[in-house]
Amino acid sequence: MAVVETRDLRKHFGDTHAVDGIDLATAEGEYLVLLGPSGCGKTTLLRVIAGLEQPTEGDVLIGGRVVTGLPPRARKIAMVFQSYALYPHKTVYKNIVFPLGAQGVPRGEWDAKVNWAADVLGIRPLLQRKPRQLSGGERQRVALARALVRDPHVFLLDEPLSNLDAKLRAAAREDLKEFQQRVGITTIYVTHDQIEAMGLGDRIAVLNAGQVQQVGTPQDIYDRPQNTFVATFVGSPPMNLLDRDGTLVGFRPEAFLPGALVGDAPGRLTLDFHVVRAEYLGSDRYVYGTVPAIDPESRVIAKLPSTVTTPIDGDTVVPFAIAGANLHFFDATTGERTAAERVP
Amino acid sequence: MSVLDEVAARPTEERRRRRYLFDRERVLGPALLLPAVLYLVAVVGYPLVLAILYAFSDVTTGSQTLHLVGWSTFRSAIDDPVFGTALRNSFLFTAISQACVVVLSTVLAFVLTQDFRGKWFFRFLVLLPWTTPVALSAVIWLWMLDSIFSPFNWLLVKLHVLSPGGHVVWLGGEHLAISSVIALQTWRILPLATVIVMAGLSSIPQDIRDATEVDGARFWRRTFQIDLPLLAPVILVAVLFGIVFTFADMAVIFILTGGAPGNGTQVLASWAFYKGINGGNLAVGAADAVFMFPVLLALAAIVLRFARRSEVG
Repeated sequence: MAVVETRDLRKHFGDTHAVDGIDLATAEGEYLVLLGPSGCGKTTLLRVIAGLEQPTEGDVLIGGRVVTGLPPRARKIAMVFQSYALYPHKTVYKNIVFPLGAQGVPRGEWDAKVNWAADVLGIRPLLQRKPRQLSGGERQRVALARALVRDPHVFLLDEPLSNLDAKLRAAAREDLKEFQQRVGITTIYVTHDQIEAMGLGDRIAVLNAGQVQQVGTPQDIYDRPQNTFVATFVGSPPMNLLDRDGTLVGFRPEAFLPGALVGDAPGRLTLDFHVVRAEYLGSDRYVYGTVPAIDPESRVIAKLPSTVTTPIDGDTVVPFAIAGANLHFFDATTGERTAAERVP
Repeated sequence: MSVLDEVAARPTEERRRRRYLFDRERVLGPALLLPAVLYLVAVVGYPLVLAILYAFSDVTTGSQTLHLVGWSTFRSAIDDPVFGTALRNSFLFTAISQACVVVLSTVLAFVLTQDFRGKWFFRFLVLLPWTTPVALSAVIWLWMLDSIFSPFNWLLVKLHVLSPGGHVVWLGGEHLAISSVIALQTWRILPLATVIVMAGLSSIPQDIRDATEVDGARFWRRTFQIDLPLLAPVILVAVLFGIVFTFADMAVIFILTGGAPGNGTQVLASWAFYKGINGGNLAVGAADAVFMFPVLLALAAIVLRFARRSEVG
């Protein structure tokens, strides 16, 4: 187990600054998720930490030791790739054994180690199969076993769930979390999927344009976004942002409810919602419209759970309300979070 | 619609059907295949049938008629003492040159896929022999291996391997001549094999390379446990091409040695030519050539099957 730290890490490809000055540190045994849109530099950051790319500037520390110039094999890390990168011509057993051979582990210990890793991931019956005879979920387990078998101090996972179908993904997410809690190894997990990030991470680092936008627990990220990027990237549909004289007033679609449902919450803000249309989605109802009292230009979405049965039609004006605690304020030019204001 | 209208409408109906004729798979498919089939029948199928027919006949370059004589042509072909040499040489030249090609093309492919200055120029140089016609490159080699003007001899003198004025008769002695032919065949096939192996190398996913690096494998382990097994099907394809091109080639022998010294460097293809065309005995020449057919067919079948089995999914 080890702490991974990056110090002012930069990776430039020509004029592209894929990683642009990242300072980040995991806690011992922590599950840290790097979340961001594609092209934000999260995979590059992971590859620099792994040693597959050399940084342009800055240092990577693992367990307090600077490993910047070291090759991947000297870093005590294990990596699981998006494609799993299993060796297609080797059986599952030989795939798992490969890193042991490469690291000079005595042959006598191989069987015990492979069996242990295979048991942890429940793939004992698959050991003699070839990767092409495995399902997506099984391949992922083999990749994890191959990573686990050499006692790494750090796990690096690069979008390991993106090749699975939706149903399998939910199950695999649960397995991954349970697996990490059992082995307790510091894990850095890259994804563009906010549901994965929220569900798996002890903490989430939201990245954009090669820079860290915010680091925090899933709750921090969702409830106290530090800037408009985080506010709109996390959450679906994204946070509503209304321009009010240079300040952006933000509230989540699910916090914007018919007035009667908000009750007497402190700092309650009541607004006339000019509804354009409503969308029925089974578990939820999305209501689209505008709030001319604050910003007639911006579109506003309200997300009502199906338990709210208030009839709402298009082309009507309905009184909606938000609890004061659910209001966020951002500077319109910098996008940074600012102190709460009074909204009439 | 009246009967008259119907009659008037018929040609348009007909034209419409004709306009969509090539949208039908059963028409378009055969139409597109036809030129290739005609070509193959004319330049491969017809000569092949003719060669087999000749091999069972008594035809000569001077004869007007053709009589089928059964297996006796094959017997007289085999009874010729040169046939044994040619048969042995065909296999020997192919086997040794292709063994060299496999090793050298793999090494070259690894080198040429690395990043280094002047890579493109070096690639160009390596691939150059492939762009040269066989006849031309054989003539060039004929001069390179000339007993008096050979640059190899000059080099050996400069390196003090040979005494001043000394020279090696590259195409004179049987062993030297055989080695020279094998060297030329290797040099000739190497570029194609290298290109094929390079394509195979670049098709190994980056993730697999990264995984071997993270797993801690160094050069030898990575090469022999990951790269070469993954390349095996591609290398086999390269070998298949190489075998076919070498085994069936007569131009190199024809230009470089003319089968000399004695008939020591004859191969089946060249011997068939000398016997059938130069010697006028078309029937025996055809029989000699027909001996190559089952060998090539079997080789192709074996290599293709092996390639399919070791293919990775």
